[in-house]
Amino acid sequence: MLTPQETAEIEHELSQYERKRAACIDALKIVQRHRGWVSDEALHDIAELLEMPVDELDAVATFYNLIYRRPVGRHVVHLCDSVSCWLAGSDALAERIRERFGVRVGETDSEGRFTVLPIPCLGCCDRAPAMLVDGNLHVDLDPERLDETLERYG
Amino acid sequence: MPIYVDNREYPAAPEKNLLEHCLSLGLNLPYFCWHPAMGSVGACRQCAVKQYRDERDTEGRIVMACMTPAAEGLRIGLDEPEARDFRARVIEWLMVNHPHDCPVCEEGGECHLQDMTVMTGHNYRRYRGLKRTHRNQYLGPFLNHEMNRCIACYRCVRFYQDYAGGDDLRAFASHHHVYFGRHEDGVLESEWSGNLAEVCPTGVFTDKPFSKHYVRKWDLQSAPSICVHCGHGCNVAAQERYGRLRRVVNRFNGDVNGYFICDRGRYGHGFVTAPTRVRAPLLRTGNRELEAVGVDEALHAASEMLAGRVIGIGSPRASLEANFALKRLVGDDAFYMGVGGPDAAALEAVHAIRTETATRAPTLIDVENADAMLVLGEDVASTAPRMALALRQATRNRQKAIASGLGIPAWLDQPVRTAGHGQLSPLYVATPVPTRLDAIAAGIFRGSADEIARLGFAIAARIDARAPGVDDLTRDVSELAARIADALASASRPLVVSGVSIRSVAVLEAAANVALALGAKLGRPADLALALPECNSMGLELLGARSLDDALEHAERQPIRAAIVLENDLARRMPRAALERFGERVEHLIVVDHTLHATARAADLVLPAAAFAEGDGTLVNNEGRAQRFFQAYVPDGEIRESWRWLAELARRRGIECGWASLDDVIADCAASSRRLAPIVDAAPGARFRIADRRIAREPARYSGRTAMHANVDIREPKPPEDPDTPLAFSMEGYYGPRVPPALIPFFRAPGWNSNQSVHKFLDETGRALRGGNPGVRLVEPGADARRAYFEARASLPPSGDALRVVPLADVFGSDELAALSPPVAERIPEPCVVLGPADADARGIVDGMTAEIELGETSLALPVRVVPGLAAGTLGVPIGLPGMPFIAAETAKVGGRGTAGDPR
Amino acid sequence: MERPLTANIRPGEPPLDIEGYERSGGYRAVRRALSELSPDDVLELVIDSGLRGRGGAGFPTGQKWRFMPRGDDAPRPRYLIANADEMEPGTFKDRLLLEGDPHQLIEGMILSAYAIGANVAYVFLRDEYRLAAETLRRAIAEATDRGFLGEHILGSEISLSLHLHTSAGRYICGEETALISALEGRRAIPRTKPPFPQLVGLWGKPTVVNNVETLCNVPHIVNNGAEWFRSLGLTSDSGTKLYGASGKVKRPGLWELPMGTPIRELLEEHAGGMRDGYRFRALLPGGASTDFLVEEHLDTPMDFESIQKVGSRLGTGTMIVLDDKTCPVAMLHNLEHFFAQESCGWCTPCRDGLPYVEHLLAAIDAGDGRPRDLALLEMHTRHLGPGRTFCAHAPGAMEPLQSGLRYFRDDFERHIAERRCPYR
Ligand SMILES: Cc1cc2nc3c(=O)[nH]c(=O)nc-3n(C[C@H](O)[C@H](O)[C@H](O)COP(=O)(O)O)c2cc1C
Ligand code: SF4
Ligand code: FES
Repeated sequence: MLTPQETAEIEHELSQYERKRAACIDALKIVQRHRGWVSDEALHDIAELLEMPVDELDAVATFYNLIYRRPVGRHVVHLCDSVSCWLAGSDALAERIRERFGVRVGETDSEGRFTVLPIPCLGCCDRAPAMLVDGNLHVDLDPERLDETLERYG
Repeated sequence: MPIYVDNREYPAAPEKNLLEHCLSLGLNLPYFCWHPAMGSVGACRQCAVKQYRDERDTEGRIVMACMTPAAEGLRIGLDEPEARDFRARVIEWLMVNHPHDCPVCEEGGECHLQDMTVMTGHNYRRYRGLKRTHRNQYLGPFLNHEMNRCIACYRCVRFYQDYAGGDDLRAFASHHHVYFGRHEDGVLESEWSGNLAEVCPTGVFTDKPFSKHYVRKWDLQSAPSICVHCGHGCNVAAQERYGRLRRVVNRFNGDVNGYFICDRGRYGHGFVTAPTRVRAPLLRTGNRELEAVGVDEALHAASEMLAGRVIGIGSPRASLEANFALKRLVGDDAFYMGVGGPDAAALEAVHAIRTETATRAPTLIDVENADAMLVLGEDVASTAPRMALALRQATRNRQKAIASGLGIPAWLDQPVRTAGHGQLSPLYVATPVPTRLDAIAAGIFRGSADEIARLGFAIAARIDARAPGVDDLTRDVSELAARIADALASASRPLVVSGVSIRSVAVLEAAANVALALGAKLGRPADLALALPECNSMGLELLGARSLDDALEHAERQPIRAAIVLENDLARRMPRAALERFGERVEHLIVVDHTLHATARAADLVLPAAAFAEGDGTLVNNEGRAQRFFQAYVPDGEIRESWRWLAELARRRGIECGWASLDDVIADCAASSRRLAPIVDAAPGARFRIADRRIAREPARYSGRTAMHANVDIREPKPPEDPDTPLAFSMEGYYGPRVPPALIPFFRAPGWNSNQSVHKFLDETGRALRGGNPGVRLVEPGADARRAYFEARASLPPSGDALRVVPLADVFGSDELAALSPPVAERIPEPCVVLGPADADARGIVDGMTAEIELGETSLALPVRVVPGLAAGTLGVPIGLPGMPFIAAETAKVGGRGTAGDPR
Repeated sequence: MERPLTANIRPGEPPLDIEGYERSGGYRAVRRALSELSPDDVLELVIDSGLRGRGGAGFPTGQKWRFMPRGDDAPRPRYLIANADEMEPGTFKDRLLLEGDPHQLIEGMILSAYAIGANVAYVFLRDEYRLAAETLRRAIAEATDRGFLGEHILGSEISLSLHLHTSAGRYICGEETALISALEGRRAIPRTKPPFPQLVGLWGKPTVVNNVETLCNVPHIVNNGAEWFRSLGLTSDSGTKLYGASGKVKRPGLWELPMGTPIRELLEEHAGGMRDGYRFRALLPGGASTDFLVEEHLDTPMDFESIQKVGSRLGTGTMIVLDDKTCPVAMLHNLEHFFAQESCGWCTPCRDGLPYVEHLLAAIDAGDGRPRDLALLEMHTRHLGPGRTFCAHAPGAMEPLQSGLRYFRDDFERHIAERRCPYR
């Protein structure tokens, strides 16, 4: 069941669009913001609210890389893997995360603390390498700054 | 101005796309995502050709033929090296992940991907990496799912979702991870799912029941056949190996079914091989059980049983020839049509409308071209699914018109949908219960049959003041009637659809009045499509027979020595008490049928009849089109066509019919009635030959013939003779583009092993086979049309506690034969009655409860489903579902407080 | 030197609020247009200004607008969409405009909507730009409060509702027709063109999609005239451009400079030259989907035509610099990995060809290449080119590869011959 809060937020988005179903991406993101990811159950609930077939909603949900259809860790780390960050050493950051936190890109560590995902260019090429942690931007990284930053996310 | 392909001149076709045009010119151009019925989307990039600006342009540029109009003056290079290379690379890319499993893949031998791979010449793997793999899904009893074979042409979702309106098959994920399936495992809901096996160009979706007894396409013996599972008469091919019917596939007929058949038709054939099948004569001696006996013994017993007054009960699911033979055997006065009560009345009304009014039965193409539609009373999606699919296409005509105004051709699929965003041609649905067409309807009316009829009469009166109207309509209803009338009257190709499943003469006559009123407006007969439940309902009507009720009366009047029941289970046609009474009045009951149903089990003698794939004959569909079906194989046991049994019985009664072959029966039948005269031309007769050769039922590559009977006799047996048709039970014979359309046993052409080869046989893509679509129309609005309008009649709903019964059809369960097919049986819902929320509340009933239902003399305990939208005062009662008795009651009582059933 | 686009932007400081923006001359163009200019006047101004789209393709903006159906019987509603999906690797210019001066974009959108007769507008923003989203939200609220948005703008007959849509990832959303699909709540699959969005766009209605930077230019053109705008450029291309540089340069960054500023000036003056210990090898002038340029091209002016002449594209104008210590094969591997991942999956060459390319580059990069792999890569650059795929994604992906194969041939051959990466 969607919480009243979630329902209210989704309904607020509806006014923006010509058709109800257009709000489906917003709806998925709202639920994800509250729960970390979109479960099958949540998917059904959203589909019902927006009066669209659940298969259609899942077809949309699975297309976009920022909608998670599987559980994620307490914090989601998006490590930019595009060219400018790569030129600035992003591979070393991925390696560092694996060594220090025991999690490879695309995975969640065993304690469920971090999910590390690759992300295309974050538009910070002048301050590469960059990453997002729970949506917060961190730039000018090197392995040490990476450690410091991640340690702050318990 | 012509177009130039590789510097050769061809006629232009500006209204078509170049791919379609090239194919119809006989040129080979590979493709995947394009489909003649679904248009172009430019996804697969397989149909690439070089386009040149003019003669001087030597550079040219690669374009997709499917996205390019075949406009005048167009210059293209099809054979141009760069285009050829690109086409081969498209296959190479598709092969990056495609498994090399052709030897064990069920699509092998009829795989479009295989054909296209050979056509482009790509044959050497250069990619060194691993292939990505997918998980397959359970999709229900009809289809296998093998996603690794997917080449992402998007045809499956375009058919299932865009074309057929299904919700539960989609494309998921992105880039080279795209996945086609359901969001979770489960039965595909749409009754169109089986077409995926034909629409998919590879082996992702394959026919599941077929895979249990799989054989290669080239090893199947096939015959042109007609679907026997509803009155629409879709053309199919019945395919056999080792004496067993293996599968049924679509057989193109542009006027009837085009490229698609429904799942009932595709999977219903399981009754032919089901355990209920009768394979030898069964005789009851004394009070004993039925016992298998030899033919001589059976016929001898029959002769005795027939010594006296005999009546014959025909069948709407038996061929014209079989019914005619029975009629000849018992005499016109003793022949009854095997349908009684309200069903017979409705059929008679259809007959009257078809033959006495100036209304026209539309073809499939006419339905698809309609620009305003009214469905009156009939849940066509459940009773004549193919018509519902055509109506669905018709609703898109508004989009096409909008697009055309913007210069977008109708075949450019996505822009048409986008330009006409959500705009649909008006479709009005007036039915007692919600239907699967409601979602695309411009307006919906719910009511009992009488209320629906009243709406219909009101619409007719609004269109043409001369049409009799009805008074005392509520404001809402008369406003709706006005809205519908205006939509129909302002359309250029309006269409009215109705049918007999609602069992209301008033509804049918109201539908006829609407069509007549429209005809008056248009100055030509308007289209009126009437859905009929069985494959020869119309044929039986045209043959002429009295209702089953008259047979009962006959038996009441005078005792009867024997009743011969032809391919009919009377338990589905009359109430049990009446049936028992009939049994008492008839000394001997002889049943000629392929299936051991309740009537056969009660008979004294059962003669094993050929099922559709085992015999030949003529069926007349909804449209009044006589179509011939042909025997695919010679069944084992003592199975014979019904007409042969009946001719033999006639002989033993001293009636010499003089029929040596089917042609003789057809000729006599045709001679018996002016209406039926054209049936001779439904297909070429048995003496037809091409260059002195019969048409081969087996492909040239048919294998194993010398060995397949070796366990019986190591000498290869002579192929069976076929006195009845111009087809041969052999690969010897003619097969090719000159086969007359009605005789095409399967589709194949050099380089085209899959069903995509259909285009090699077409005159015009999607419309007509070369030589015309098979079948002859027996009923055209003509000189006989003597009736102006039907009287408006329809009583008001009963008062008090009683509910109006509305018959409910189920797309899988309501057909007697399909219901016997195991995969279809899996899809049949448990019988339940449906009630609107207010009526349920008033009776203290909640969804899922079991209630006592009183239906005239019958009383039943059934679960109740509460369905919002159901008209107040009505009760939906399932008709024809396995396990349900025959019900004719018009009103019902739902007894007191129900009991909670199993939570479902 | 005039820097109209960035005049209000101070690094490290929050953007101007609406008061500050108005004080600095903001919304003057809207007031002027609504009182003095007809929509056609604004359209003519933009046509005359020679403004070309800053989203990558460089299509003349006025011409694009002209395809919008006009007149009383033209379909309604009509839409304007600001493409703020900025996901082209190496590109970070729109973020600056969004975060630094949101009212400039809003004003540009009001004017553009006025010119094309749109009454609903969307900003299609990538989800990762959280700060930009907040900034824009606040600015939209302010502008609505002040009557610049909503019904009867400044008491006129003109209305515009402006919505912010944040997306959920995927580079292909930046392609204008895929963007429209995404905005409708569908899978972001590009659509058939023609019909162009101006005829059949969002919800089937006429729609214009413009890049953020493109739209931000419009208020200045209305304020200062077409002539002024043309005079800003050093070459035949008009206006200023946000140029950027990333890679091993001393001062990676973003600068607003006259259109047509030579590459060398950008690289040496503004970016400060290469970092110590690194030498210049090549650059991608306008994001990941442009062809490499090398030493000999450094004196080329960075404008649409000049860059095209030397075999590349201006693209987004933000360049990515390759140095001599970085393996070009590995760089291409990185780039093609991106493109393969971001294919929408609709058409065969892109969906299955790009992973093939990625696979070949990975093999060569890992020392597992075969001599014929180079021919295979070349085959792909030909067959994933324009017209062969459904949209411009795969052709874009082939640009760095085709030029890379040309300029770094030796590197490729050494990888294959030595069965290892010589840079490692
Ligand atoms: C794969 C692909 C990605 C694109 N991404 C963007 C983008 O992120 N932002 C953008 O403004 N334009 C992008 N474009 C270009 C747009 O399709 C479109 O041309 C542009 O938004 C038009 O605006 P303009 O005329 O103002 O440049 C992309 C194009 C392609 C083919
Ligand atoms: S080129 Fe084809 S698969 Fe690639 S993004 Fe465009 S449409 Fe999608
Ligand atoms: S058939 Fe033309 S692109 Fe697929």
